[in-house]
Amino acid sequence: MTSSFGPWLDYTINGLVVGNIYALLAVGLALIYGVSHLINFAHGSIYMVGAYIGWLSITRLGTPLPLTILMVVIGCGLVGILIERIALRPLRNAPRIAPLLSTIGVGLVLDQAMQLMFTPDPRAVPSQLPEWRLQIGGGTIGALDLLIAGIGAGSALLLYLFLRFTKLGWAVRATALDRDAAQQCGVDVDRVNSTVFAIAAALGGVSGLLVGMYYNNIDPNMGYHAGLKGIVAQMIGGMGNVPGAIAGSLILGLIESYGIAILGTSYRNLFAFVALILILVLKPNGIFAKGRSLPPEPLTGTFIAPSAPVKFAWPVVLGLAVAAAMLPAFVQNGYILQTLGIGWLFAVLAISLTLVAGTAGQVSLGHAGLLAIGAYGSALLAMRTGLPVALSIPAAGALTAVLGTILLYPSFRLRGHYVTIATLGVGEIVTLVVLNWDGLTQGPVGLSGVPPLSAFGVKAISGFWIYEISLAVLLLISCLQQRLLSSHLGRTFRAMRDDDVAARSYGVALDRYKALAFGVAGFSAGVAGAILAHIYSYVNHETFTSQVSLLALTMVILGGLGNIAGAILGAVLLVGLPEVFRFAAEYRMLIYGIALLLLIRFRPQGLLGTH
Amino acid sequence: MANLLEIRSLKRSFGGLVAVNAIDLDVGEGELVSVIGPNGAGKTTLFNIVTGLEAPDAGSVRLAGSDITGLPAEQLAPLGLARTFQHGRVFGNLSVMDNVLVGAHTRLTAVRPQWPVLGALGELALALVRPRSVVEEEARLRAEVREILELFGERLTPRIGNPAFSLSYANRRRVEIARALALRPKLLMMDEPTAGMNPTETMEMLEIIRTLKQRGITIVLIEHKLELVMQLSDRVVVMDGGVKIAEDKPGAVASDPRVIEAYLGHDKIGDSQQSTAEASP
Repeated sequence: MTSSFGPWLDYTINGLVVGNIYALLAVGLALIYGVSHLINFAHGSIYMVGAYIGWLSITRLGTPLPLTILMVVIGCGLVGILIERIALRPLRNAPRIAPLLSTIGVGLVLDQAMQLMFTPDPRAVPSQLPEWRLQIGGGTIGALDLLIAGIGAGSALLLYLFLRFTKLGWAVRATALDRDAAQQCGVDVDRVNSTVFAIAAALGGVSGLLVGMYYNNIDPNMGYHAGLKGIVAQMIGGMGNVPGAIAGSLILGLIESYGIAILGTSYRNLFAFVALILILVLKPNGIFAKGRSLPPEPLTGTFIAPSAPVKFAWPVVLGLAVAAAMLPAFVQNGYILQTLGIGWLFAVLAISLTLVAGTAGQVSLGHAGLLAIGAYGSALLAMRTGLPVALSIPAAGALTAVLGTILLYPSFRLRGHYVTIATLGVGEIVTLVVLNWDGLTQGPVGLSGVPPLSAFGVKAISGFWIYEISLAVLLLISCLQQRLLSSHLGRTFRAMRDDDVAARSYGVALDRYKALAFGVAGFSAGVAGAILAHIYSYVNHETFTSQVSLLALTMVILGGLGNIAGAILGAVLLVGLPEVFRFAAEYRMLIYGIALLLLIRFRPQGLLGTH
Repeated sequence: MANLLEIRSLKRSFGGLVAVNAIDLDVGEGELVSVIGPNGAGKTTLFNIVTGLEAPDAGSVRLAGSDITGLPAEQLAPLGLARTFQHGRVFGNLSVMDNVLVGAHTRLTAVRPQWPVLGALGELALALVRPRSVVEEEARLRAEVREILELFGERLTPRIGNPAFSLSYANRRRVEIARALALRPKLLMMDEPTAGMNPTETMEMLEIIRTLKQRGITIVLIEHKLELVMQLSDRVVVMDGGVKIAEDKPGAVASDPRVIEAYLGHDKIGDSQQSTAEASP
């Protein structure tokens, strides 16, 4: 009896412990959402910073545990205050999606800065607790489990007392109910925001420290998935609902723990993202809310700063295209040409994203998933069925259009921040399916020996051909998209983006046009991913990570949302040039993050203007 | 006269607040009916239910004889129902021309094949290839938009290529009305078309609405400016606290004691929560 029941008790304890860690994150996220209607994507990075502060404190200063925790609370609290002050307060009157993107930029900058300071290598956090374990009915509980549970429960209690009985706590609750009214009544909303960020960051940091002690392992990228788990946990409990966030976290912890017990560790993250999509579709207000209608949302999805886009006359466009095509006559270095060719394919990706994020107003963070579908689609078609590469690429484009639209369909009924989260979840799910569907994708091993680009039996493996083929594809897709934008579909997409209620009232069926936008975007992204696979000759689940999605979004914002020329320019500036000049390779992601932050703050319309 | 719009015991509540309570309303073909009442009386909620942006808790709505209760907005537009919004909802980044063209979305037939399942793909293909029928349809609609804009004199025509965010508030309201007309509406529902307009602009709008009425468009109007209501309406419906408290010819309504009470307050102050509701006659 004990032998079969014992492990499940262990899984339950493990699930509750992990759930407690998520709860420390989710509670902070819920508080922030409550007062500023913002999903803080930098939260995972704060958690990572907390782990590092703890590690430094223990290993360099030799602090005892209570002092370590205090250091983390103070350090992360300050980080939280700084983030609010620098990255969010100036955006108070910006479109609602701007602060969200800003927190993504902050997260990227923090992750990269820590990586530069402390190298990407994992570090061990010495546990300062006794090693005893308590036997309970076949399972065991360690001192650390109890500590985590204690800190979870203790901070929940402290938070409750703070919100319930202090003047500032009242101000926080008043601001959460109605920000303007609170301000009218003399509540210092800035101070409330600052306080909330400090509390949330402190809790998140402690969570990072505990995880570091629990797994005895920290690294600069540990925050990304943890932050997303916190968001998922909060969504399960209902956005902005603090007790709901705790419940959602425990539920998520248990789902993961049992799921891993049944299916295996590589599935760990899949449960959270599948849960996310299910929640968004079935109960977007969380499992404790009645009905499935979304709350009256202050967050409309557009991130379109009114501006007049720069227009290029046709001769100029033609001249630039010819000049680009002639470039190999002057640059004979095959490596540089291949690199530039890959840059053109990233421009295709950016054009694809600018259609959905810019023109149709669905800010997607899952675009790398579309690349992955295209890459695997074409590689597998060419390798398993012997289809010529010239045919497998468009076939993969069509496959991505269909599959991508079906996968993203659950996000169609969502608005604003929810779209961004749902698409991000879908992108992660694609990666995780690729990782776990061994029979089709060879799992973590990846596909090697993907045949090179070829047509009529002639292989195109030289830098010259890679460059020219990629450029031709880019020009073709640009022309098609330009023609699309000048048709009634262009204005219908943009109408849907600017005001979906008014668009519906004039007969625009949102699902149909979102599906069309994602379908077209899926085709271009799929083609780009397919060609990349044939150039790289190797793909695995890490070829197209969420960083690629973020890079694509940065390119699109840099050039100007919805602007085709802007998307190309963004790709050239962020991918083409840095590659060619081998410029600051290890600082590159950091520079992207800073670029994103500066753009959102100072030039939201991008370099060439939004369209 | 046949009724174009028939509303029967319509009800909608938000939490404990009954915003629309057992409203009946008939609007005949070619009639202009105004809905007036203090702020918070439920007028806009009534509009939102009829136009498919909110679902009623109970009751029914019929348009030209067919039941449209609870149909979503995008399915009502093709039936000839157009509306304007209280706070103005133009497409900010679209030009005046494109804004009004979106109003004609339901009338695109050449480029929107009504094929089952594959309709969207057909629409995409036609938008890219653009056979002659599609080009001609677009040209025809563009010419029609220019014609509609002429209704507003020189207000919009010179700004036809300007993005809507660059327009004045009053001009945005005009764009909204032009967009509604591009749908060729059988029933036009206008939510405070003169909000934020000065007296001259209001008089101009009055003439435009009068012209629309003469063209035979059936109009339901929410309006706070009573002299406009009195001049234009065939019938006036007064709402207060979610219920219809009066319905009559303009002159009769103006002297109805219940209406005066709703607008100016009860003689026993504090008797009702609506007594302090503001009105801007």
